[in-house]
Amino acid sequence: MPSVITANRLVDGIVVYLSENDNWLTDLTAARVAEDEAGLEKLNAIAGQAAADHIIVGPYPMAVDLDKGIPEPKSVRERIRAAHRPTITAVTEAR
Amino acid sequence: MYRYDEFDRDFLSDRNREFRGQVERRLAGQLTEDEFKPLRLMNGLYLQLHAYMLRVAIPYGVLSTRQLRQLGMIARRWDKGFGHWTTRQNIQFNWVKLVDVPDILEALAEVDMHAIQTSGNCIRNVTADPFAGAAADEIEDPRIWAEILRQWSTNHPEFTFLPRKFKIAITGALEDRAAIAFHDIGIRIVGGPNGTFGFRIYVGGGQGRTPYVAQEIKDFLPPDQLLSYLEAMLRIYNLHGRRDNIYKARIKILVNAIGIDAYRTQVEEEWERIRGEEIDLPADEAARIRAHFAPPQLQPMPVGHAAFSKARAQDSGFDRWVRHNVLPHKNPDYAIVSIAFKEPGRPPGDATAEEMERVADAADRYSGGEVRVTYTQNLILPNVARADLADLYEDLKATGLVAGNTGLITDIIACPGLDYCNLANARSLPIAQDITERFAEPEKAEAIGELRLNISGCINACGHHHSGHIGILGVDKKGTEHYQITLGGSPGDDAAIGDIVGPSFPAEEVPDAIEKIVDTYLAQRRDEEGFLATYARVGADPFKEALYGTSR
Ligand code: SF4
Repeated sequence: MPSVITANRLVDGIVVYLSENDNWLTDLTAARVAEDEAGLEKLNAIAGQAAADHIIVGPYPMAVDLDKGIPEPKSVRERIRAAHRPTITAVTEAR
Repeated sequence: MYRYDEFDRDFLSDRNREFRGQVERRLAGQLTEDEFKPLRLMNGLYLQLHAYMLRVAIPYGVLSTRQLRQLGMIARRWDKGFGHWTTRQNIQFNWVKLVDVPDILEALAEVDMHAIQTSGNCIRNVTADPFAGAAADEIEDPRIWAEILRQWSTNHPEFTFLPRKFKIAITGALEDRAAIAFHDIGIRIVGGPNGTFGFRIYVGGGQGRTPYVAQEIKDFLPPDQLLSYLEAMLRIYNLHGRRDNIYKARIKILVNAIGIDAYRTQVEEEWERIRGEEIDLPADEAARIRAHFAPPQLQPMPVGHAAFSKARAQDSGFDRWVRHNVLPHKNPDYAIVSIAFKEPGRPPGDATAEEMERVADAADRYSGGEVRVTYTQNLILPNVARADLADLYEDLKATGLVAGNTGLITDIIACPGLDYCNLANARSLPIAQDITERFAEPEKAEAIGELRLNISGCINACGHHHSGHIGILGVDKKGTEHYQITLGGSPGDDAAIGDIVGPSFPAEEVPDAIEKIVDTYLAQRRDEEGFLATYARVGADPFKEALYGTSR
C-alpha cells in the first residue's frame, strides 16, 4: 500500500509531510511516497531522525491513494489534516 | 470578583518562567517530546490535529471585561482571530504556535489568567452556576466556594497526580445549571435551619465511556467542613483508584465497583481521622474570600413598562430574545442576559476577537463589567437593568449576537470533533450546523420549546451527548463517520443518561433523523409537556418507529 510519512512541526504544530531532500512540507502533494515495506522503512528512519533532531513531533505512516497521480489521503481525518483547516466555514470567515 | 494577591501573582510568574525555560529547552532539543508532553499538559497545551491548542482556565466561568478583551487580543495576535468556549466554562485557542506560548501565558498573567488545571490528572478548573450571584433562585453564591476550592486544589501536593482527571461542579441555586450530577464531585448548596446553609455532596458522576449519574454521599455538610470532607473523599479515591487502566481510573468506577455505602463508610472514617488537622479554612479566611464576591450595588432602575411592552410589540426579534435570553435576577429591576453563540453558520461556541471586545463593551456599559461563560458555550451578562434591555439588544444586534434561542433546539452543545480534535471519531461541527440550519426558522425552534441537543465527536463525551434530551455521538463505522442517537438524557435536577435509540446514521441522514424525532415529540406531546416528560410517558417505541419504520 503506498504510504507517506506525516507529523506535526515542532515549533508551531502545523501538519507536515516528509518530502524530497528530507524536507518537511505542509503540502501533501509534494510528499515522498513509499511503494513498499522497504521504501517505508527508509522513510521511517528519516522521520525518526527528524524527531530526534527536534524538527517534528509524532511522525507516523499514512496510507495514500495515487489514483490521480498525486498522493491523496484515504481517511476523513487525514483529509482534514491535509487541508490544514476545519471542514466548516470558520466564524471569522462567515460574515 | 476574586482578585489575585501577591501570592497568586508570584506563583503564576514563577510558573510561567519555568515553562518558558521548558519550551526553550524543547525547541533546542534538550527535552524529548516524551519528556516535554507532561510538562506542556500541566500548562494546558495540547497538540491537536492541525496545531497546538491552548486551553485557558476561566475559573467557575467568571470573566472581567479586561480579561475578555485580553482573550480577544490573544485570539487576534497569536491565533486566527477566534477562540472557542468549551463545555467546561473555559476557552480554547486552536492555532497557537509552541514558540509563542510563553508570551501568551505572560499576556494571560497580566490579567490574572492562566492555563493551569485545564489538563492532566489533577483537580480541574471548578465549574459553577453561570448565574452565580445574580440568580433569582440562589441560596448562596457558589463562586465563594468555588474560589475556596480553587485555592485548596491548586498545587495541592497530594492531588497533582491523581489516578485520572477530576472534575468538581457547584451550584448554589434551586435549579441546577451546572450539571453537578455529571461530575466526579457535585456540590449543591442547600438551606439549613434558621437561614443557614450547607452542602449536599454527590460523587461518581460523569459521561464518557462509562456514564454515571452521581450519587449522594452526604446529605448536609456544614460550610466550615467542606475542605476536610472533600480531602477525605479524594484521599480514599487516591488510595483505591486504579492507575493501571485509564478506563477504570475515574472515581465513578470506584464508587460503582465498591458501592456508594462502602465508599461513604471509608470516607467518613478518614474524615473522622483528619478533621482536626486544620485542613478546613479558618473563618476569617473564608470571610476574606467572601468579601471579593460582595453583591454589586445595583441602583433601583424601574423599567418603564409601557415603553418596554411597546418595544417588544414592535420588534418580534427583540420580543423573542426577551422570552428566551432574558432570565430572572434577584433584583426585579434587573435581569440576567444570555448572549447566544449559536446560529446558522456559526460553529457552536466559536467567538471572534471582535465579538469578545464588543461583548466586553456591552458588559461595561450594561452589566457592571462582569461576564460569565456557560458550559453550554454561551456568554452571560449577569446584572443588566431591565430598563437597558432594549439598548443592549440594539448594541448586540450590531455585533450579530442576538439569536433568541437560549435553551432551544438550536442552542446546541458541540465539541470540536474531528475538525480539530486528535481523539475524534467523527465531526461534530458540520452536524451542529446542519441541524441549526434545519431549525433556523425561529418560529419553528420556538414552537418545539426547550430542547437540549448535544453532540460529541467520540465517546469521551466532551459535547455532553449523554445528557442531551437528544444526544448525538460520532462513531467510526468501517472508516466512515456515523452518528448514534440517544434520547432522554438530562443535565439538570432530573439528571439522566440518554438511551441509544437504535443503529447509527451516516452524517447526511442525521438532520432528517432529528426532524423525525422532533416531529414525533410534537405529535405525541400533551399540552405544554416538555420533551423529557413526553419521552418518559410514551417511551422509545414511537421514536424508533419514526426512525426505523419498525418498533423493536
Ligand atoms: S468528545 Fe472526543 S472528539 Fe469531542 S472534543 Fe472530546 S475527545 Fe475530542
